[in-house]
Amino acid sequence: MPRFFSTKRLPAFFALLIACCAVLWAGSALAEEAAPAAAAAAPAAPAVNSGDTAWVLTSAALVFLMTVPGLALFYGGLVRKKNVLSVLMQCFFIVCLVTIEWVVLGYSMAFGPDAGGGLVGNLSYAFLNGVGQTPHAVYANTTPHLAFMLFQMMFAIITPALIVGAFAERMRFVPFCLFILLWSVVVYNPVCHWVWSPDGFLCKWGSLDFAGGTVVHINAGMAALACALFLGKRKGYPDRMSPPHNLPFALIGAALLWFGWFGFNAGSAVAANGLAASAFMTTQVATALAAITWALMDFIFVGRATVLGVITGAVAGLVAITPAAGFVNLWGAVFIGIAAGIVPWIMVSIIKPKLGYDDSLDAFGVHGVGGMVGALLTGLFATSDVNSLGQGLFYGKPEQLWLQFEAIAITMIYSFVVTLVLLVIVNVICKLRADEHEETVGLDLSQHRETAYTVIN
Amino acid sequence: MRYIIAIIQPNKLNDVLDKLEQKEIHLVTVSEVMGRGRQKGVGEVYRSHKENGSLLRKVKLEIAVNDEFVQTTINAIKETAYSGNVGDGKIFVLDLQEVLRIRTGDTGKNAIG
Repeated sequence: MPRFFSTKRLPAFFALLIACCAVLWAGSALAEEAAPAAAAAAPAAPAVNSGDTAWVLTSAALVFLMTVPGLALFYGGLVRKKNVLSVLMQCFFIVCLVTIEWVVLGYSMAFGPDAGGGLVGNLSYAFLNGVGQTPHAVYANTTPHLAFMLFQMMFAIITPALIVGAFAERMRFVPFCLFILLWSVVVYNPVCHWVWSPDGFLCKWGSLDFAGGTVVHINAGMAALACALFLGKRKGYPDRMSPPHNLPFALIGAALLWFGWFGFNAGSAVAANGLAASAFMTTQVATALAAITWALMDFIFVGRATVLGVITGAVAGLVAITPAAGFVNLWGAVFIGIAAGIVPWIMVSIIKPKLGYDDSLDAFGVHGVGGMVGALLTGLFATSDVNSLGQGLFYGKPEQLWLQFEAIAITMIYSFVVTLVLLVIVNVICKLRADEHEETVGLDLSQHRETAYTVIN
Repeated sequence: MRYIIAIIQPNKLNDVLDKLEQKEIHLVTVSEVMGRGRQKGVGEVYRSHKENGSLLRKVKLEIAVNDEFVQTTINAIKETAYSGNVGDGKIFVLDLQEVLRIRTGDTGKNAIG
């Protein structure tokens, strides 16, 4: 009689279980040791504002929604039927993996006290040691420190999830998990530190990134490009392409992304105040305009406004307004929205086919390029009328454009190069690319032994 | 005994089934298929990548009938599935060698009577 599961891997399983228990025990011991010392040294903490806290916690939940089911459905609907589960699984599992990574060391590396040179935080916040119910002196200091950590966790989760778009339909699951963990630690955490920690060198230089144009979108976009180039094209690309198998999914996903993005952008004010409302407004206006612009581009050059075009335009708009949301006024949002409907459209429809690389779901074309457009335009349109921290070229600070450019260029190079290195390393440990048979049969069956839509029963 | 395969427009399915019921032809298997004749399909566009249309949705009916009912069936389908436009479909008539009803074991004319 066949066994339901194989007992071949049981010894390895128990070894892993014991190792995890050991790590957890050590981690909790470390946290307990340091906590009394931290409590003794802390000065009187700022007061917790209930409105701010409510908004930050809600925003964290909204950004969570962006990854699952927002991005999951958006990407899932765009791939072929035989690969939809693999994409959904990748997005869902990233949530799980990065949550743990963030709690263990990610938050500390990104937002902990500087380890030196403004490059990365130290490990004093590892295992949430020192991250408790009292506010941090600087980060969202009217909300519990935990709230800020959770809000940032959701950003750390969605950034690697964006890269899924580049290697959809051809990456094996187990190497994928390893790659995501390494990428979060080695690429996301430092870049986050550079831009958003006050000790980070890009922050010190004065580059502006309200909600993650550089940290999230350009970062993920360049990593996506690296993955697309390293893994190579799907079989049959570009001659035999398959249309999206479920555009309704993709639209629902895009709408959920838009909804969640209010937490992403307006939530980055980390306060329930006027700036949050302003960021909400710019997000909404830029996105709507970007979708309309993309529809117009489709109508003019292809003959019809398409559903796929409109939702892609909306996502491009969301991406582009991200670095600028809390720095620009209505007119900045208008220009950014229109630019986001034009530049990524050209990238995706004209440049990508000419260059011939296979970025399955346009993670680089939309997120990377859209992020660059937004980050550069932030350097032009930031106005201190909206946010006293930001001033752009059109409002009297021409250096801002150069500062933006520097931040963009450094992030692009770092993300691309280090991602490539990680891909090479992971590929040596376990092969990343699904082989021809796995790709033909579909990743759902080959990686997970599951079918998304059973036809008979 | 004959096996009749009819490819018709999806929007004509209900009319054809009603007419077949009227004519006392109850046994039918229906499936959704894709196909083309000499007309081309509607091309789809995906991120500005244009596909040339080639296949259209159709409905396939498969009916096993005794010889007396062949002409009735063909006429029933022909009249209700007609619209005068390109893409109305086709009817194929094949010889049927053997039929068996699984529940009772009947064979031949009784199985599809």
